[in-house]
Amino acid sequence: MDGKNGLWVIVERSANGFRKVALELLSRGRDLAGRLGEVSGSRPGVWAVVTGPGSAPGTEELYRYGADEVLMVCHPLLEEHRTDLHAAVLADLIRERSPGIVLFGATAWGSEVAPTVAARVKTGLAAHCADLRIDGRGLLVQCVPAFGGKVLGEILCPDRRPQMASVRPGVFQAVPGDAPAGEPLVVRPELDDDDRIKVLEVQRREITGKPLEEAEVVIAGGWGVGSRENWQLLEELAGLLGAAVGCTRPALDEGWTEGEHTMIGTSGKTVRPKVYLGFGISGATHHVVGMKDSGLVISVNTNPNAEIFQFSDFKVVADARAVAEALIAELKAGKTS
Amino acid sequence: MSGLKIAVCIKPVPSPDQYHRVGIDPRTKTLVREGIPTVINPLDKNALEAALQIREKCGGTVAAISMAPPAAEENLREALAMGADEAYLLSDRAFAGSDTLATSMVLAAAVKKLGPVDLVLTGNESADGGTAQVSAQLGEWLGYPHLMHACGLEVMEDGFIRVDTAREDCRVAYRVKLPAVVSVVRTINKPRFTSLMGVIAAGKKPLSVWTSGDLPVDENFLGLEGSPTKAGDIYQPDLSRRCELLEGSAGEIAGAVLQKLRAAGLQL
Ligand SMILES: Cc1cc2nc3c(=O)[nH]c(=O)nc-3n(C[C@H](O)[C@H](O)[C@H](O)COP(=O)(O)OP(=O)(O)OC[C@H]3O[C@@H](n4cnc5c(N)ncnc54)[C@H](O)[C@@H]3O)c2cc1C
Ligand SMILES: Nc1ncnc2c1ncn2[C@@H]1O[C@H](COP(=O)(O)O)[C@@H](O)[C@H]1O
Repeated sequence: MDGKNGLWVIVERSANGFRKVALELLSRGRDLAGRLGEVSGSRPGVWAVVTGPGSAPGTEELYRYGADEVLMVCHPLLEEHRTDLHAAVLADLIRERSPGIVLFGATAWGSEVAPTVAARVKTGLAAHCADLRIDGRGLLVQCVPAFGGKVLGEILCPDRRPQMASVRPGVFQAVPGDAPAGEPLVVRPELDDDDRIKVLEVQRREITGKPLEEAEVVIAGGWGVGSRENWQLLEELAGLLGAAVGCTRPALDEGWTEGEHTMIGTSGKTVRPKVYLGFGISGATHHVVGMKDSGLVISVNTNPNAEIFQFSDFKVVADARAVAEALIAELKAGKTS
Repeated sequence: MSGLKIAVCIKPVPSPDQYHRVGIDPRTKTLVREGIPTVINPLDKNALEAALQIREKCGGTVAAISMAPPAAEENLREALAMGADEAYLLSDRAFAGSDTLATSMVLAAAVKKLGPVDLVLTGNESADGGTAQVSAQLGEWLGYPHLMHACGLEVMEDGFIRVDTAREDCRVAYRVKLPAVVSVVRTINKPRFTSLMGVIAAGKKPLSVWTSGDLPVDENFLGLEGSPTKAGDIYQPDLSRRCELLEGSAGEIAGAVLQKLRAAGLQL
């Protein structure tokens, strides 16, 4: 199998395996491939393409979430942070094997590799897709947000190949199947290095809180939370609920939060928890885009006409601090009784 | 190192704090953005600020470049007022409908025409389209090394810069050989305000308009025709929910909220 016309998912490796967005894309890719099969009469294979210094363990996971084939691209120079080299080998492979569709996770890594590859193979790339589907002609319809998510636009790449898209983590769901694991195909491309880019140092950041994307409950706070002391109450409440704490940009800028990685929205995370509980958030499109797919949405705001209420299942018109305190008291009472 | 010649890419965008006013005309199915002023893309001000700081330290010149309709002259004047030395407006009907590959091709042509440039700075992403694709693609058209997500920038020994980049769970510092393209994120600096003196000075600074004929463009990737991606339908997602009011004393509200959480399947 040479993978011609295949649907590729570019898999980013992380310290402990693969980034989850790759699994999300494989699951979506499986559906898209099925649909392409119906429309065109031939279902393309779904390929998980992994680049790195050596072969990666745990590839069963890639098969389980949707890959028919795993292509392992190994070279000692393909260290995680050399996005330039990852892009170079991927562009070469794409020219060689002519996939029909290539999908990337829009992580820091993916959002740097994807446009580089697209510019090298001179094809189109749709960024941060909110949805992907196949139309009646078998073209990939890429649905991209504009104006912070206020508007969605469909993008097509009718003539050039591959059709390429990037998707933020959390937009699609990773759905395991029961396909058996296969044997990854390993390729060892040639690769040269020069002195143009060199990694000097890597500073890992310890992230203490629960990862937002994985939490069943997200407590989100905005500028209306008012102070760092009040923010502590949200943290305490999150502890009691087993929730992760997210924020809006003004709350981030005030320095109340754990940092950039807790921001929800256009330029931050996309979350879809079972429950989203928001305090002092106005409901700007930039934020709503990142939480709109949450299960139950409850919002607390002192302004009875706050925009966020339109996007909520339940509204509480009250002071954020008072409601947080009452919830903490209620939960503590419940625990001791 | 002696003075750097820096080009900063400035994209005029509809003011991002007014995107709630953006809509779609239900009949014509076209975008409505009436009355929303056009401003410099916020991150491009960070890019310009970074360029000005380098110039203040090492000398050199800063050129602002924009591919946009003629009205963008106003935005480029603002860039000059902030401190850029010269500005170039790339404006031609032939550029209309460009996607990121076509846009970056034109920007690259302008950088080439500027002569040997040491550093090209851009914002990481634009607020309206927000693709975050132009900078890397510009780097590819130019054949320069390029990096995104820069939260720190420092000129090193002759011919190199140090670029600190912010990723999800780490910061990575690189040494990059010039010429290079770097895109910056919000945390890199706080853009300066324009002073009245700056505004007065800007009036006398050179602002050139270049059309397609002035630039070494690649005809195969020009404008709508040369863009691999084509825009289809646009629509406005309906995200509205029922929004029931929960009332009562703080304690009653807390009880009601917890009951909803349990109903949603949480074990409390
Ligand atoms: C290019 C760009 C990208 C952006 N990306 C993001 C992003 O990814 N994520 C994001 O969140 N933002 C983003 N923003 C910012 C976004 O546009 C909004 O400014 C932001 O979401 C508003 O945050 P907020 O609701 O916390 O603050 P505000 O809009 O100031 O709202 C505060 C709310 O708190 C309420 N309030 C006040 N006091 C109380 C109280 N005591 N108790 C309860 N409620 C109270 C007020 O009624 C108000 O509704 C972006 C902006 C731009 C320009
Ligand atoms: N038409 C343009 N003119 C000048 N610079 C641009 C243009 N489009 C994009 N850029 C630059 O590329 C960056 C990323 O834009 P984008 O890829 O559209 O999100 C912007 O922050 C600008 O610095």
